[in-house]
Amino acid sequence: MPSSAPGAPLIRLDKVTRTIGDGVVTTLVRDIDLEIRGGEFAAIVGPSGSGKSSLLYLLGLLDAPTAGDVLVQGENANHLNEAARAHLRLSLLGFVFQFHFLLPEFTALANVMLPMRALRKLDERAMQERAEGLLASLGLAEHAHKTPDKLSGGQRQRVAIARALANEPMVLLADEPTGNLDTASSEQVLEIFRRLVDETGRAIVMVTHDLDLAARTDRQIRIVDGRIV
Amino acid sequence: MKLVLDIAWTHVRSRLRQTLVGMLGVAMGVGFSIMMAALMVGSQNDFIRQLVDSLPHITIRDERRDPPRQPVEDLYQAVQFSGLRTPVTRPGIKNPYAIIATLESQKLGKVAPSVESRAVIRYAGRDTAASVTGIDPKREAKVSKLPSQIRAGSLSSLYASSNAIILGDRLAAKIGARIGNTITLVAGNGRRMSCTVVAFLHAGVANIDETQAYTLNKTAQILAGQIGLVNAIRIRVGHILDARAIAARIETQTGYKSVSWQEANEDLLSAFEIRNVIMYTVVGAILLVASFGTYNIISTITHEKTRDIAILKSLGFTERTVRRIFLLEAIIIGFAGTIIGWGLGYALSRALGSIEFKSPFVDATHLPIEYDVTHYLIATAVALAASGIAGYLPARKAARVHPVDIIRGAS
Repeated sequence: MPSSAPGAPLIRLDKVTRTIGDGVVTTLVRDIDLEIRGGEFAAIVGPSGSGKSSLLYLLGLLDAPTAGDVLVQGENANHLNEAARAHLRLSLLGFVFQFHFLLPEFTALANVMLPMRALRKLDERAMQERAEGLLASLGLAEHAHKTPDKLSGGQRQRVAIARALANEPMVLLADEPTGNLDTASSEQVLEIFRRLVDETGRAIVMVTHDLDLAARTDRQIRIVDGRIV
Repeated sequence: MKLVLDIAWTHVRSRLRQTLVGMLGVAMGVGFSIMMAALMVGSQNDFIRQLVDSLPHITIRDERRDPPRQPVEDLYQAVQFSGLRTPVTRPGIKNPYAIIATLESQKLGKVAPSVESRAVIRYAGRDTAASVTGIDPKREAKVSKLPSQIRAGSLSSLYASSNAIILGDRLAAKIGARIGNTITLVAGNGRRMSCTVVAFLHAGVANIDETQAYTLNKTAQILAGQIGLVNAIRIRVGHILDARAIAARIETQTGYKSVSWQEANEDLLSAFEIRNVIMYTVVGAILLVASFGTYNIISTITHEKTRDIAILKSLGFTERTVRRIFLLEAIIIGFAGTIIGWGLGYALSRALGSIEFKSPFVDATHLPIEYDVTHYLIATAVALAASGIAGYLPARKAARVHPVDIIRGAS
């Protein structure tokens, strides 16, 4: 269960701009002010190339802004070194991508245990119990010892969600999590997200180009040409 | 660390064929390095052993290292003399038995007096130059391996007849002398002496066997024309490596030139040092070449695993952790290759050691092999260091992967 001061933003973007390129400069996002609070299920929507994923990567500290500040639990991430930013990602944030990105040589259980083993907060037995519990809660109990190539697309994505939840992150960041899934699997993923928000009070920020999916979230953040509109 | 090891192990195991090739590369490098070191050091030690065993460790001769200081130097600070006549002195060490008693009381080693001279051996119309050394057989047995080198007779045979002589077996063969034959020695002063061959000597070193002859001290003194002459004192020390320091001490005490076996063979030992430098350079080069294989494998793995690296970093793995994963993979390959290399090196050394050969210079019939754990440790250290460096470069590159670049490309 994530802990933070009630109502306080978990992540805050303050006049954030991200540009790339040295000669020809391309602006990915511009002057973004955004707050993500606990218990919030938000969707970032917008046309292709509008900066949805870039915004998500900035929220998740995978990328650093060219200008402006990213504050995680009030701490300015711009002032942190690579290791400290990595630790914040490991302990406070969880990621789910369009492609599952599971390590192919590891079983589903081992993949889910990876973030826990990296954080080293629990002993081996507790980590295994927690990973098995997560997989069971996502309907994957009998697939725990299978490698990703033995799982279907929907199952892989659910394992990726379990891995993202391994360290009980405050915020789950999902980049087109249903982009590669069929309708039934997409529906399953959305139900899991809803349950997580309602039952655990986590914040979920999901990038999607599917307006029907976005409509089922609590908040839609529309972005066009790198600006929130 | 266990997580890093698990991931590294999984990577190297999943690329089994490449990993095996890399391990074999390192194993070959380590194996051949060990074999080469065993052979080089073996032959060097064998040569030194024969040399040191054949001769006394220290020889005190009736010579001074520096010319005696002239009184005029003290009076006028003269820098040059011409027409200087030095007084003629009797050859030989003064009071040799007093010096021997002193050295024995200091327990520096076993001590034996000897008379060294050069002579021409004349037999059956042939003249051959030889080194004739007068010895005291009882004492000589304590300072050299001479008794064990005597063939067809014994060292005590020198007492069996008057003017008895022991010849190096190659020397005897050269002049055609046999046991019981009488040969003629002609000293540098023109003195002649008839001697009876009582035994042969076989040191196993061609230079000694071809030129050396031994008589009793008394016989050598008569040949030199000076009764009581002792122009060399031979010493055998407990630890051969102490010989240089002991020789220096004796020289300070007696004033006579005291030469250790190291000083006598300085040029040979420095040649061995150069040989060692060459050997370790070649060993390093072999292992460096092997490390290119490791570099290639780790580079391939990091290239294939770029997406995994990106996801590990997005999960919260630090650059340091990612670097350690791939560095550890290189070390695993290097270490496994080293273990195989130990076996290979030992097997190659055994195989080489079993090869028979005949050398005109030394007596050995098999290649001398030195089995020394240091060779294994040096090869291991160099192999692991080379593997580490080979792995570090791709590991550093892997650690710098920007996850966003990869995730965007893969989505």
